Amino acid sequence: MSAGAAGRDRAEIRPRASGLARRRGVSVVMVTLTCIAAAIAVVPLLVILGYLLKQGAGALSLDFFTSMPKPVGEEGGGMANAIVGTLMLLGIASMVGLPVGIGAGLYLAERRGTRLANLVRFLADVLNGLPSIVMGIFAWQFLVRPFGHFSALAGGAAIGAMMIPLVTRTTEEMVRTVPQSLREAALALGYPRWRTSLQIVLRTALGGIVTGVLVAVARVAGETAPLLFTAFGNSFWSTNLGQPIAALPLQIFTYAISPYDDWHELAWAGALVLIALVLVISLVARVVTRARHGGGHD
Amino acid sequence: MTELVSLRETEPVTAGARGAPCAMRAVGLNAYFGATQAVRDVALDVPANEVTAIIGPSGCGKSTLLRTFNRMHETVPTARITGQVFFHGQDIYGDDVNPITLRRYVGMVFQRPTPFPTMSIRDNVAAGLRVQSGDKLDRRQVDEIVERALREAALWDEVKDRLKASATGISGGQQQRLCIARALATAPHVLLLDEPTASLDPLSSQKVEELVYELRKTMTVVIVTHNMQQAARVSDRTVFMLSGQLVETAPTRVMFTAPTDPRTEAYITGRFG
Repeated sequence: MSAGAAGRDRAEIRPRASGLARRRGVSVVMVTLTCIAAAIAVVPLLVILGYLLKQGAGALSLDFFTSMPKPVGEEGGGMANAIVGTLMLLGIASMVGLPVGIGAGLYLAERRGTRLANLVRFLADVLNGLPSIVMGIFAWQFLVRPFGHFSALAGGAAIGAMMIPLVTRTTEEMVRTVPQSLREAALALGYPRWRTSLQIVLRTALGGIVTGVLVAVARVAGETAPLLFTAFGNSFWSTNLGQPIAALPLQIFTYAISPYDDWHELAWAGALVLIALVLVISLVARVVTRARHGGGHD
Repeated sequence: MTELVSLRETEPVTAGARGAPCAMRAVGLNAYFGATQAVRDVALDVPANEVTAIIGPSGCGKSTLLRTFNRMHETVPTARITGQVFFHGQDIYGDDVNPITLRRYVGMVFQRPTPFPTMSIRDNVAAGLRVQSGDKLDRRQVDEIVERALREAALWDEVKDRLKASATGISGGQQQRLCIARALATAPHVLLLDEPTASLDPLSSQKVEELVYELRKTMTVVIVTHNMQQAARVSDRTVFMLSGQLVETAPTRVMFTAPTDPRTEAYITGRFG
Protein backbone atom coordinates (compact mmCIF):
# COMPACT_ATOMS: atom_id res chain seq x y z
CA MET A 1 0.00 0.00 0.00
CA SER A 2 1.41 3.35 -0.98
CA ALA A 3 1.70 6.30 1.34
CA GLY A 4 -0.92 8.15 -0.71
CA ALA A 5 -3.47 5.37 -0.29
CA ALA A 6 -2.83 5.19 3.45
CA GLY A 7 -3.36 8.91 3.74
CA ARG A 8 -6.64 8.69 1.88
CA ASP A 9 -7.85 5.86 4.19
CA ARG A 10 -7.15 7.99 7.23
CA ALA A 11 -8.94 10.94 5.70
CA GLU A 12 -12.03 8.81 4.98
CA ILE A 13 -12.56 7.47 8.49
CA ARG A 14 -12.53 10.99 9.91
CA PRO A 15 -15.90 12.65 9.19
CA ARG A 16 -16.06 16.22 8.07
CA ALA A 17 -16.56 18.69 10.89
CA SER A 18 -20.03 19.82 9.78
CA GLY A 19 -21.26 16.19 9.43
CA LEU A 20 -20.03 15.36 12.89
CA ALA A 21 -21.90 18.25 14.47
CA ARG A 22 -25.09 17.26 12.67
CA ARG A 23 -24.83 13.61 13.79
CA ARG A 24 -24.22 14.66 17.35
CA GLY A 25 -27.26 16.89 17.18
CA VAL A 26 -29.47 14.07 15.83
CA SER A 27 -28.14 11.76 18.50
CA VAL A 28 -29.01 14.15 21.33
CA VAL A 29 -32.52 14.68 19.93
CA MET A 30 -33.18 10.94 19.52
CA VAL A 31 -31.91 10.05 22.99
CA THR A 32 -34.07 12.79 24.47
CA LEU A 33 -37.18 11.64 22.57
CA THR A 34 -36.80 7.99 23.54
CA CYS A 35 -36.12 9.02 27.12
CA ILE A 36 -39.35 11.04 27.19
CA ALA A 37 -41.25 8.09 25.66
CA ALA A 38 -39.86 5.79 28.35
CA ALA A 39 -40.96 8.23 31.04
CA ILE A 40 -44.45 8.56 29.54
CA ALA A 41 -44.76 4.76 29.45
CA VAL A 42 -44.73 4.52 33.24
CA VAL A 43 -46.83 7.67 33.82
CA PRO A 44 -50.23 5.91 33.53
CA LEU A 45 -49.31 3.37 36.21
CA LEU A 46 -48.02 6.04 38.56
CA VAL A 47 -51.03 8.29 38.00
CA ILE A 48 -53.47 5.42 38.48
CA LEU A 49 -51.72 4.22 41.63
CA GLY A 50 -51.56 7.73 43.06
CA TYR A 51 -55.18 8.51 42.28
CA LEU A 52 -56.37 5.15 43.63
CA LEU A 53 -54.49 5.76 46.86
CA LYS A 54 -55.99 9.23 47.17
CA GLN A 55 -59.57 8.11 46.41
CA GLY A 56 -59.63 4.62 47.85
CA ALA A 57 -57.36 4.64 50.85
CA GLY A 58 -59.99 6.49 52.87
CA ALA A 59 -62.49 3.64 52.55
CA LEU A 60 -59.84 1.01 53.12
CA SER A 61 -59.97 -0.45 56.60
CA LEU A 62 -59.99 -3.85 58.21
CA ASP A 63 -63.74 -3.64 57.77
CA PHE A 64 -63.36 -3.57 54.02
CA PHE A 65 -61.78 -7.03 54.07
CA THR A 66 -64.01 -8.60 56.69
CA SER A 67 -67.52 -7.16 56.26
CA MET A 68 -70.23 -7.70 53.75
CA PRO A 69 -71.61 -4.92 51.57
CA LYS A 70 -74.21 -2.83 53.39
CA PRO A 71 -77.44 -1.46 51.92
CA VAL A 72 -77.42 2.08 50.55
CA GLY A 73 -77.46 4.69 53.30
CA GLU A 74 -75.84 2.54 55.95
CA GLU A 75 -72.35 3.49 57.03
CA GLY A 76 -69.31 1.32 56.29
CA GLY A 77 -69.48 -2.12 54.74
CA GLY A 78 -66.84 -4.01 52.82
CA MET A 79 -66.21 -6.44 50.04
CA ALA A 80 -65.33 -9.62 51.92
CA ASN A 81 -67.58 -11.65 49.64
CA ALA A 82 -66.04 -10.19 46.49
CA ILE A 83 -62.47 -10.78 47.69
CA VAL A 84 -63.23 -14.42 48.53
CA GLY A 85 -65.20 -14.72 45.29
CA THR A 86 -62.31 -13.48 43.20
CA LEU A 87 -59.92 -15.89 44.91
CA MET A 88 -62.34 -18.76 44.30
CA LEU A 89 -62.81 -17.79 40.67
CA LEU A 90 -59.02 -17.70 40.22
CA GLY A 91 -58.84 -21.15 41.81
CA ILE A 92 -61.42 -22.57 39.41
CA ALA A 93 -59.73 -20.81 36.50
CA SER A 94 -56.38 -22.36 37.46
CA MET A 95 -57.92 -25.81 37.57
CA VAL A 96 -59.17 -25.28 34.03
CA GLY A 97 -56.27 -23.30 32.59
CA LEU A 98 -53.20 -24.95 34.10
CA PRO A 99 -53.57 -28.60 33.10
CA VAL A 100 -54.66 -27.72 29.58
CA GLY A 101 -52.16 -24.87 29.16
CA ILE A 102 -49.16 -26.76 30.56
CA GLY A 103 -50.06 -29.91 28.64
CA ALA A 104 -50.50 -28.00 25.39
CA GLY A 105 -47.26 -26.05 25.92
CA LEU A 106 -45.36 -29.27 26.58
CA TYR A 107 -46.75 -30.72 23.38
CA LEU A 108 -45.85 -27.63 21.34
CA ALA A 109 -42.27 -27.72 22.60
CA GLU A 110 -41.68 -31.46 22.50
CA ARG A 111 -43.33 -31.99 19.12
CA ARG A 112 -42.20 -28.76 17.55
CA GLY A 113 -42.28 -28.58 13.80
CA THR A 114 -45.21 -30.98 13.41
CA ARG A 115 -48.27 -29.68 11.59
CA LEU A 116 -50.53 -30.01 14.60
CA ALA A 117 -48.03 -28.13 16.79
CA ASN A 118 -47.81 -25.24 14.33
CA LEU A 119 -51.59 -25.10 14.00
CA VAL A 120 -52.15 -25.18 17.77
CA ARG A 121 -49.52 -22.48 18.33
CA PHE A 122 -51.23 -20.23 15.79
CA LEU A 123 -54.67 -20.85 17.27
CA ALA A 124 -53.36 -20.21 20.80
CA ASP A 125 -52.12 -16.82 19.61
CA VAL A 126 -55.52 -16.08 18.09
CA LEU A 127 -57.23 -17.16 21.32
CA ASN A 128 -54.88 -14.88 23.22
CA GLY A 129 -56.12 -11.93 21.17
CA LEU A 130 -59.78 -12.87 21.56
CA PRO A 131 -61.79 -10.00 23.12
CA SER A 132 -62.75 -11.09 26.63
CA ILE A 133 -66.40 -10.08 26.13
CA VAL A 134 -66.60 -12.72 23.40
CA MET A 135 -65.29 -15.29 25.84
CA GLY A 136 -68.01 -14.18 28.28
CA ILE A 137 -70.84 -14.53 25.76
CA PHE A 138 -69.50 -17.90 24.73
CA ALA A 139 -69.33 -19.14 28.31
CA TRP A 140 -72.87 -17.87 28.87
CA GLN A 141 -74.13 -19.81 25.85
CA PHE A 142 -72.56 -23.09 26.89
CA LEU A 143 -72.16 -22.96 30.67
CA VAL A 144 -74.95 -20.69 31.89
CA ARG A 145 -77.88 -21.05 29.48
CA PRO A 146 -78.12 -24.86 29.58
CA PHE A 147 -78.25 -24.79 33.39
CA GLY A 148 -80.63 -21.88 33.61
CA HIS A 149 -78.61 -19.85 36.12
CA PHE A 150 -75.34 -17.99 36.55
CA SER A 151 -72.61 -19.78 38.47
CA ALA A 152 -69.13 -19.44 39.90
CA LEU A 153 -68.10 -22.48 37.84
CA ALA A 154 -69.09 -20.79 34.59
CA GLY A 155 -67.18 -17.63 35.56
CA GLY A 156 -64.10 -19.58 36.59
CA ALA A 157 -64.22 -21.61 33.40
CA ALA A 158 -64.50 -18.46 31.29
CA ILE A 159 -61.40 -16.80 32.75
CA GLY A 160 -59.69 -20.21 32.90
CA ALA A 161 -60.12 -20.45 29.15
CA MET A 162 -58.45 -17.05 28.88
CA MET A 163 -55.48 -18.38 30.85
CA ILE A 164 -54.96 -21.30 28.48
CA PRO A 165 -53.13 -19.49 25.66
CA LEU A 166 -50.99 -17.52 28.13
CA VAL A 167 -49.93 -20.63 30.03
CA THR A 168 -49.46 -22.59 26.81
CA ARG A 169 -47.03 -20.13 25.29
CA THR A 170 -45.01 -19.60 28.49
CA THR A 171 -44.76 -23.35 29.05
CA GLU A 172 -43.62 -23.83 25.46
CA GLU A 173 -40.95 -21.14 25.80
CA MET A 174 -39.67 -22.54 29.08
CA VAL A 175 -39.63 -26.17 27.92
CA ARG A 176 -37.70 -25.12 24.81
CA THR A 177 -34.92 -23.74 26.99
CA VAL A 178 -34.28 -27.20 28.48
CA PRO A 179 -31.15 -28.48 26.73
CA GLN A 180 -31.59 -31.36 24.31
CA SER A 181 -28.73 -33.13 26.07
CA LEU A 182 -30.91 -33.68 29.15
CA ARG A 183 -33.57 -35.39 27.05
CA GLU A 184 -30.92 -37.59 25.47
CA ALA A 185 -29.45 -38.44 28.86
CA ALA A 186 -32.85 -39.55 30.10
CA LEU A 187 -33.65 -41.55 26.97
CA ALA A 188 -30.24 -43.23 27.13
CA LEU A 189 -31.02 -44.31 30.71
CA GLY A 190 -34.08 -46.14 29.47
CA TYR A 191 -36.65 -43.45 30.25
CA PRO A 192 -39.73 -43.77 28.07
CA ARG A 193 -40.50 -40.61 26.16
CA TRP A 194 -43.45 -39.63 28.35
CA ARG A 195 -41.40 -39.96 31.52
CA THR A 196 -38.59 -37.94 29.97
CA SER A 197 -41.05 -35.15 29.19
CA LEU A 198 -42.79 -35.16 32.56
CA GLN A 199 -40.04 -36.03 35.03
CA ILE A 200 -36.98 -34.50 33.44
CA VAL A 201 -38.01 -31.79 30.97
CA LEU A 202 -41.08 -30.41 32.75
CA ARG A 203 -39.39 -30.51 36.14
CA THR A 204 -36.36 -28.67 34.83
CA ALA A 205 -38.58 -25.99 33.30
CA LEU A 206 -40.89 -25.78 36.31
CA GLY A 207 -39.48 -22.55 37.80
CA GLY A 208 -40.13 -20.65 34.60
CA ILE A 209 -43.54 -22.20 34.17
CA VAL A 210 -44.56 -21.16 37.70
CA THR A 211 -43.59 -17.59 36.86
CA GLY A 212 -45.65 -17.72 33.67
CA VAL A 213 -48.62 -19.17 35.51
CA LEU A 214 -48.53 -16.39 38.10
CA VAL A 215 -48.39 -13.77 35.37
CA ALA A 216 -51.39 -15.40 33.70
CA VAL A 217 -53.31 -15.45 37.02
CA ALA A 218 -52.50 -11.77 37.52
CA ARG A 219 -53.70 -11.03 34.00
CA VAL A 220 -57.11 -12.64 34.42
CA ALA A 221 -57.64 -11.51 38.03
CA GLY A 222 -58.97 -8.19 36.82
CA GLU A 223 -61.08 -9.50 33.95
CA THR A 224 -64.62 -8.15 34.17
CA ALA A 225 -66.29 -8.77 30.84
CA PRO A 226 -66.18 -12.60 30.93
CA LEU A 227 -67.70 -12.55 34.41
CA LEU A 228 -70.64 -10.26 33.57
CA PHE A 229 -72.85 -13.04 32.25
CA THR A 230 -71.23 -15.97 34.00
CA ALA A 231 -70.33 -15.37 37.65
CA PHE A 232 -72.76 -12.42 37.52
CA GLY A 233 -71.92 -11.06 40.96
CA ASN A 234 -73.68 -11.50 44.27
CA SER A 235 -74.33 -9.00 47.04
CA PHE A 236 -74.53 -11.76 49.61
CA TRP A 237 -72.06 -14.23 51.02
CA SER A 238 -71.85 -17.29 48.80
CA THR A 239 -69.20 -19.91 48.24
CA ASN A 240 -71.54 -22.19 46.33
CA LEU A 241 -69.89 -23.09 43.05
CA GLY A 242 -73.26 -23.61 41.38
CA GLN A 243 -74.58 -20.19 42.30
CA PRO A 244 -73.70 -16.65 41.22
CA ILE A 245 -70.66 -15.39 43.07
CA ALA A 246 -69.28 -11.95 43.84
CA ALA A 247 -66.00 -10.83 42.30
CA LEU A 248 -63.92 -7.70 42.85
CA PRO A 249 -64.08 -6.41 39.25
CA LEU A 250 -67.88 -6.93 39.15
CA GLN A 251 -68.36 -5.25 42.52
CA ILE A 252 -66.24 -2.31 41.41
CA PHE A 253 -68.33 -2.06 38.25
CA THR A 254 -71.62 -2.17 40.16
CA TYR A 255 -70.51 0.41 42.73
CA ALA A 256 -68.89 2.71 40.22
CA ILE A 257 -72.02 3.09 38.08
CA SER A 258 -74.25 3.62 41.13
CA PRO A 259 -75.33 7.16 42.03
CA TYR A 260 -74.10 7.01 45.66
CA ASP A 261 -70.96 8.75 46.83
CA ASP A 262 -70.06 6.26 49.57
CA TRP A 263 -70.36 3.40 47.01
CA HIS A 264 -68.04 5.31 44.70
CA GLU A 265 -65.52 5.46 47.48
CA LEU A 266 -65.83 1.71 48.03
CA ALA A 267 -65.34 1.14 44.31
CA TRP A 268 -62.07 3.05 44.50
CA ALA A 269 -60.99 1.00 47.47
CA GLY A 270 -61.94 -2.19 45.62
CA ALA A 271 -59.85 -1.10 42.63
CA LEU A 272 -56.93 -0.42 44.96
CA VAL A 273 -57.23 -3.91 46.49
CA LEU A 274 -57.47 -5.50 43.05
CA ILE A 275 -54.35 -3.72 41.82
CA ALA A 276 -52.55 -4.63 45.04
CA LEU A 277 -53.48 -8.29 44.45
CA VAL A 278 -52.08 -8.18 40.93
CA LEU A 279 -48.92 -6.42 42.16
CA VAL A 280 -48.37 -9.03 44.86
CA ILE A 281 -48.78 -11.88 42.38
CA SER A 282 -46.34 -10.20 39.98
CA LEU A 283 -43.84 -9.67 42.79
CA VAL A 284 -44.08 -13.33 43.82
CA ALA A 285 -43.49 -14.25 40.17
CA ARG A 286 -40.33 -12.11 40.12
CA VAL A 287 -39.04 -13.63 43.34
CA VAL A 288 -39.65 -17.14 42.02
CA THR A 289 -37.81 -16.27 38.80
CA ARG A 290 -34.87 -14.85 40.69
CA ALA A 291 -34.66 -17.83 43.05
CA ARG A 292 -34.57 -20.06 39.99
CA HIS A 293 -31.75 -18.18 38.29
CA GLY A 294 -29.75 -17.67 41.45
CA GLY A 295 -30.18 -21.10 43.00
CA GLY A 296 -28.97 -23.27 40.17
CA HIS A 297 -25.22 -23.14 40.58
CA ASP A 298 -24.22 -22.87 44.20
CA MET B 1 -42.63 -59.18 22.37
CA THR B 2 -39.24 -60.76 22.86
CA GLU B 3 -37.69 -59.46 26.05
CA LEU B 4 -34.06 -58.50 25.79
CA VAL B 5 -33.89 -59.37 29.48
CA SER B 6 -33.47 -62.97 28.44
CA LEU B 7 -30.33 -62.04 26.57
CA ARG B 8 -28.33 -62.03 29.77
CA GLU B 9 -28.42 -65.83 29.75
CA THR B 10 -28.16 -66.25 25.99
CA GLU B 11 -25.01 -67.92 24.77
CA PRO B 12 -23.04 -65.68 22.44
CA VAL B 13 -23.59 -66.59 18.81
CA THR B 14 -20.60 -64.80 17.36
CA ALA B 15 -16.99 -64.69 18.36
CA GLY B 16 -14.58 -61.80 18.29
CA ALA B 17 -11.14 -61.85 16.75
CA ARG B 18 -9.47 -63.12 19.91
CA GLY B 19 -12.08 -65.74 20.53
CA ALA B 20 -13.88 -63.56 23.07
CA PRO B 21 -17.66 -63.53 22.85
CA CYS B 22 -19.09 -60.65 20.90
CA ALA B 23 -21.14 -58.09 22.81
CA MET B 24 -22.09 -55.86 19.90
CA ARG B 25 -21.80 -56.52 16.22
CA ALA B 26 -22.61 -54.26 13.28
CA VAL B 27 -23.22 -55.71 9.83
CA GLY B 28 -23.56 -53.63 6.64
CA LEU B 29 -24.49 -50.64 8.78
CA ASN B 30 -25.36 -47.30 7.16
CA ALA B 31 -26.60 -44.31 9.11
CA TYR B 32 -28.13 -41.15 7.67
CA PHE B 33 -29.25 -37.70 8.73
CA GLY B 34 -31.80 -36.84 6.06
CA ALA B 35 -29.88 -37.13 2.81
CA THR B 36 -26.45 -37.02 4.45
CA GLN B 37 -24.80 -40.35 5.09
CA ALA B 38 -22.74 -40.36 8.28
CA VAL B 39 -21.84 -44.05 8.51
CA ARG B 40 -21.03 -46.10 5.42
CA ASP B 41 -21.27 -49.88 5.25
CA VAL B 42 -19.62 -50.56 8.59
CA ALA B 43 -18.96 -54.10 9.79
CA LEU B 44 -17.63 -54.25 13.32
CA ASP B 45 -17.31 -56.79 16.12
CA VAL B 46 -17.10 -55.48 19.67
CA PRO B 47 -15.70 -58.25 21.90
CA ALA B 48 -17.25 -58.62 25.34
CA ASN B 49 -15.38 -57.44 28.43
CA GLU B 50 -12.93 -55.39 26.44
CA VAL B 51 -12.56 -51.68 25.86
CA THR B 52 -12.96 -50.77 22.22
CA ALA B 53 -11.88 -47.27 21.21
CA ILE B 54 -13.20 -45.57 18.10
CA ILE B 55 -10.87 -42.87 16.79
CA GLY B 56 -10.92 -40.65 13.73
CA PRO B 57 -11.05 -37.00 12.70
CA SER B 58 -14.06 -34.77 13.45
CA GLY B 59 -17.12 -35.61 11.41
CA CYS B 60 -15.92 -39.11 10.52
CA GLY B 61 -19.11 -40.65 11.92
CA LYS B 62 -17.69 -42.21 15.07
CA SER B 63 -20.28 -40.67 17.39
CA THR B 64 -23.06 -41.59 14.99
CA LEU B 65 -21.81 -45.17 14.87
CA LEU B 66 -21.82 -45.26 18.66
CA ARG B 67 -25.36 -43.88 18.78
CA THR B 68 -26.65 -46.65 16.52
CA PHE B 69 -25.61 -49.17 19.23
CA ASN B 70 -28.31 -48.04 21.67
CA ARG B 71 -30.71 -46.66 19.07
CA MET B 72 -30.15 -43.07 20.17
CA HIS B 73 -29.45 -42.21 16.54
CA GLU B 74 -33.11 -42.58 15.65
CA THR B 75 -34.20 -40.03 18.29
CA VAL B 76 -32.95 -37.28 15.96
CA PRO B 77 -35.62 -36.21 13.44
CA THR B 78 -34.91 -37.47 9.88
CA ALA B 79 -32.23 -39.86 11.14
CA ARG B 80 -32.42 -43.47 9.92
CA ILE B 81 -30.24 -46.52 9.45
CA THR B 82 -29.98 -49.53 7.19
CA GLY B 83 -28.17 -52.72 8.01
CA GLN B 84 -28.09 -54.57 11.29
CA VAL B 85 -26.69 -54.23 14.79
CA PHE B 86 -26.63 -57.23 17.10
CA PHE B 87 -26.53 -57.20 20.88
CA HIS B 88 -25.44 -60.62 22.09
CA GLY B 89 -26.59 -62.06 18.81
CA GLN B 90 -29.97 -60.35 18.62
CA ASP B 91 -30.88 -57.75 16.05
CA ILE B 92 -31.57 -54.59 18.06
CA TYR B 93 -33.49 -53.11 15.13
CA GLY B 94 -35.82 -56.11 15.01
CA ASP B 95 -39.54 -55.41 14.99
CA ASP B 96 -40.03 -56.92 18.41
CA VAL B 97 -37.28 -54.97 20.17
CA ASN B 98 -38.25 -52.02 22.32
CA PRO B 99 -35.47 -49.39 22.29
CA ILE B 100 -36.25 -48.54 25.93
CA THR B 101 -35.50 -52.12 26.97
CA LEU B 102 -32.34 -52.12 24.87
CA ARG B 103 -31.06 -48.92 26.49
CA ARG B 104 -31.35 -50.55 29.88
CA TYR B 105 -28.65 -53.00 28.79
CA VAL B 106 -26.60 -50.62 26.69
CA GLY B 107 -25.84 -47.51 28.75
CA MET B 108 -24.40 -44.25 27.44
CA VAL B 109 -22.43 -41.28 28.72
CA PHE B 110 -22.16 -38.14 26.64
CA GLN B 111 -19.50 -35.59 25.82
CA ARG B 112 -20.82 -32.97 28.19
CA PRO B 113 -21.90 -33.87 31.73
CA THR B 114 -25.69 -34.07 31.86
CA PRO B 115 -26.73 -34.29 35.51
CA PHE B 116 -30.46 -33.70 35.97
CA PRO B 117 -30.48 -30.21 37.56
CA THR B 118 -33.66 -30.75 39.56
CA MET B 119 -32.32 -33.83 41.32
CA SER B 120 -29.87 -34.37 44.16
CA ILE B 121 -26.65 -36.31 43.64
CA ARG B 122 -28.26 -39.42 45.08
CA ASP B 123 -31.41 -39.10 42.99
CA ASN B 124 -29.34 -38.60 39.85
CA VAL B 125 -27.57 -41.89 40.40
CA ALA B 126 -30.88 -43.56 41.21
CA ALA B 127 -32.74 -42.04 38.26
CA GLY B 128 -32.25 -44.80 35.71
CA LEU B 129 -32.54 -47.41 38.41
CA ARG B 130 -35.96 -46.16 39.47
CA VAL B 131 -37.33 -46.12 35.95
CA GLN B 132 -35.90 -49.51 35.06
CA SER B 133 -37.11 -51.24 38.21
CA GLY B 134 -40.58 -49.74 37.82
CA ASP B 135 -40.08 -47.76 41.07
CA LYS B 136 -40.22 -51.03 43.01
CA LEU B 137 -36.96 -50.86 44.93
CA ASP B 138 -37.15 -49.73 48.52
CA ARG B 139 -35.03 -46.96 49.97
CA ARG B 140 -32.36 -49.19 51.47
CA GLN B 141 -31.83 -51.12 48.23
CA VAL B 142 -31.54 -47.89 46.28
CA ASP B 143 -29.04 -46.48 48.79
CA GLU B 144 -26.89 -49.59 48.49
CA ILE B 145 -26.82 -49.49 44.71
CA VAL B 146 -26.17 -45.73 44.71
CA GLU B 147 -23.17 -46.20 47.00
CA ARG B 148 -21.83 -49.09 44.92
CA ALA B 149 -22.19 -47.11 41.68
CA LEU B 150 -20.55 -44.02 43.16
CA ARG B 151 -17.66 -46.14 44.45
CA GLU B 152 -17.24 -47.74 41.03
CA ALA B 153 -17.17 -44.29 39.49
CA ALA B 154 -14.53 -43.22 42.05
CA LEU B 155 -16.77 -40.44 43.27
CA TRP B 156 -18.06 -41.80 46.58
CA ASP B 157 -15.42 -40.23 48.82
CA GLU B 158 -15.95 -36.82 47.26
CA VAL B 159 -19.75 -36.68 47.56
CA LYS B 160 -20.70 -39.07 50.37
CA ASP B 161 -21.35 -36.16 52.75
CA ARG B 162 -23.59 -34.27 50.38
CA LEU B 163 -25.67 -36.88 48.60
CA LYS B 164 -28.74 -34.70 49.06
CA ALA B 165 -27.10 -31.62 47.54
CA SER B 166 -27.92 -30.46 44.02
CA ALA B 167 -26.02 -32.31 41.31
CA THR B 168 -25.21 -29.04 39.56
CA GLY B 169 -23.14 -27.87 42.53
CA ILE B 170 -20.18 -30.19 41.92
CA SER B 171 -17.34 -29.65 39.45
CA GLY B 172 -17.52 -30.61 35.79
CA GLY B 173 -15.27 -33.61 36.28
CA GLN B 174 -17.33 -34.77 39.22
CA GLN B 175 -20.51 -34.27 37.21
CA GLN B 176 -19.15 -36.49 34.45
CA ARG B 177 -18.24 -39.24 36.92
CA LEU B 178 -21.71 -38.79 38.39
CA CYS B 179 -23.15 -39.46 34.93
CA ILE B 180 -20.98 -42.56 34.66
CA ALA B 181 -22.21 -43.68 38.09
CA ARG B 182 -25.76 -43.06 36.92
CA ALA B 183 -25.16 -45.34 33.95
CA LEU B 184 -23.40 -47.97 36.10
CA ALA B 185 -26.20 -48.07 38.69
CA THR B 186 -28.39 -49.97 36.26
CA ALA B 187 -25.68 -52.58 35.64
CA PRO B 188 -25.57 -52.31 31.85
CA HIS B 189 -23.83 -55.02 29.80
CA VAL B 190 -22.34 -52.50 27.42
CA LEU B 191 -21.33 -48.92 28.23
CA LEU B 192 -21.01 -46.44 25.38
CA LEU B 193 -18.82 -43.41 26.10
CA ASP B 194 -19.04 -40.54 23.62
CA GLU B 195 -15.88 -38.45 24.13
CA PRO B 196 -16.40 -38.58 27.90
CA THR B 197 -13.36 -36.44 28.72
CA ALA B 198 -13.69 -33.85 25.96
CA SER B 199 -14.97 -31.16 28.33
CA LEU B 200 -12.83 -32.10 31.33
CA ASP B 201 -9.53 -30.86 32.73
CA PRO B 202 -6.51 -33.23 32.60
CA LEU B 203 -6.83 -34.44 36.19
CA SER B 204 -10.52 -35.25 35.81
CA SER B 205 -9.77 -36.92 32.47
CA GLN B 206 -7.21 -39.11 34.15
CA LYS B 207 -9.73 -40.22 36.75
CA VAL B 208 -12.26 -41.10 34.07
CA GLU B 209 -9.60 -43.02 32.14
CA GLU B 210 -8.63 -45.05 35.21
CA LEU B 211 -12.30 -45.76 35.68
CA VAL B 212 -12.71 -46.99 32.10
CA TYR B 213 -9.70 -49.23 32.59
CA GLU B 214 -11.36 -50.81 35.62
CA LEU B 215 -14.77 -51.20 34.00
CA ARG B 216 -13.65 -53.87 31.54
CA LYS B 217 -13.67 -56.37 34.38
CA THR B 218 -17.43 -56.23 34.58
CA MET B 219 -18.67 -54.94 31.25
CA THR B 220 -18.00 -54.13 27.63
CA VAL B 221 -16.97 -50.55 26.92
CA VAL B 222 -17.00 -48.69 23.62
CA ILE B 223 -15.34 -45.27 23.84
CA VAL B 224 -15.27 -42.62 21.15
CA THR B 225 -12.32 -40.31 21.57
CA HIS B 226 -10.49 -37.54 19.81
CA ASN B 227 -7.47 -38.22 21.87
CA MET B 228 -5.21 -40.93 20.45
CA GLN B 229 -3.11 -41.16 23.60
CA GLN B 230 -6.31 -41.83 25.47
CA ALA B 231 -7.26 -44.60 23.05
CA ALA B 232 -3.79 -46.07 23.45
CA ARG B 233 -3.99 -45.91 27.25
CA VAL B 234 -7.43 -47.32 27.92
CA SER B 235 -8.43 -49.59 25.07
CA ASP B 236 -7.83 -53.21 24.10
CA ARG B 237 -8.91 -52.71 20.52
CA THR B 238 -8.93 -49.62 18.38
CA VAL B 239 -11.17 -48.83 15.44
CA PHE B 240 -10.13 -46.12 12.98
CA MET B 241 -12.85 -44.37 11.00
CA LEU B 242 -12.60 -41.93 8.12
CA SER B 243 -15.44 -40.27 6.17
CA GLY B 244 -18.03 -42.60 7.65
CA GLN B 245 -16.09 -45.73 6.74
CA LEU B 246 -14.32 -48.13 8.99
CA VAL B 247 -10.70 -48.14 7.82
CA GLU B 248 -9.03 -50.49 10.22
CA THR B 249 -9.72 -52.50 13.37
CA ALA B 250 -6.88 -54.00 15.36
CA PRO B 251 -5.67 -54.69 18.86
CA THR B 252 -4.63 -51.30 20.20
CA ARG B 253 -0.95 -52.22 20.55
CA VAL B 254 -0.84 -53.35 16.93
CA MET B 255 -2.76 -50.35 15.71
CA PHE B 256 -0.40 -47.84 17.26
CA THR B 257 2.84 -49.65 16.38
CA ALA B 258 2.18 -51.35 13.07
CA PRO B 259 -0.98 -50.11 11.35
CA THR B 260 -1.68 -51.90 8.08
CA ASP B 261 -3.57 -49.16 6.27
CA PRO B 262 -1.54 -46.13 5.13
CA ARG B 263 -4.43 -43.81 6.07
CA THR B 264 -4.36 -45.11 9.63
CA GLU B 265 -0.66 -44.54 9.80
CA ALA B 266 -1.04 -41.02 8.43
CA TYR B 267 -3.67 -40.22 11.05
CA ILE B 268 -1.93 -41.63 14.09
CA THR B 269 1.37 -40.06 13.16
CA GLY B 270 -0.43 -36.72 13.02
CA ARG B 271 -0.21 -36.03 9.32
CA PHE B 272 -3.87 -35.03 9.22
CA GLY B 273 -6.93 -34.65 11.41
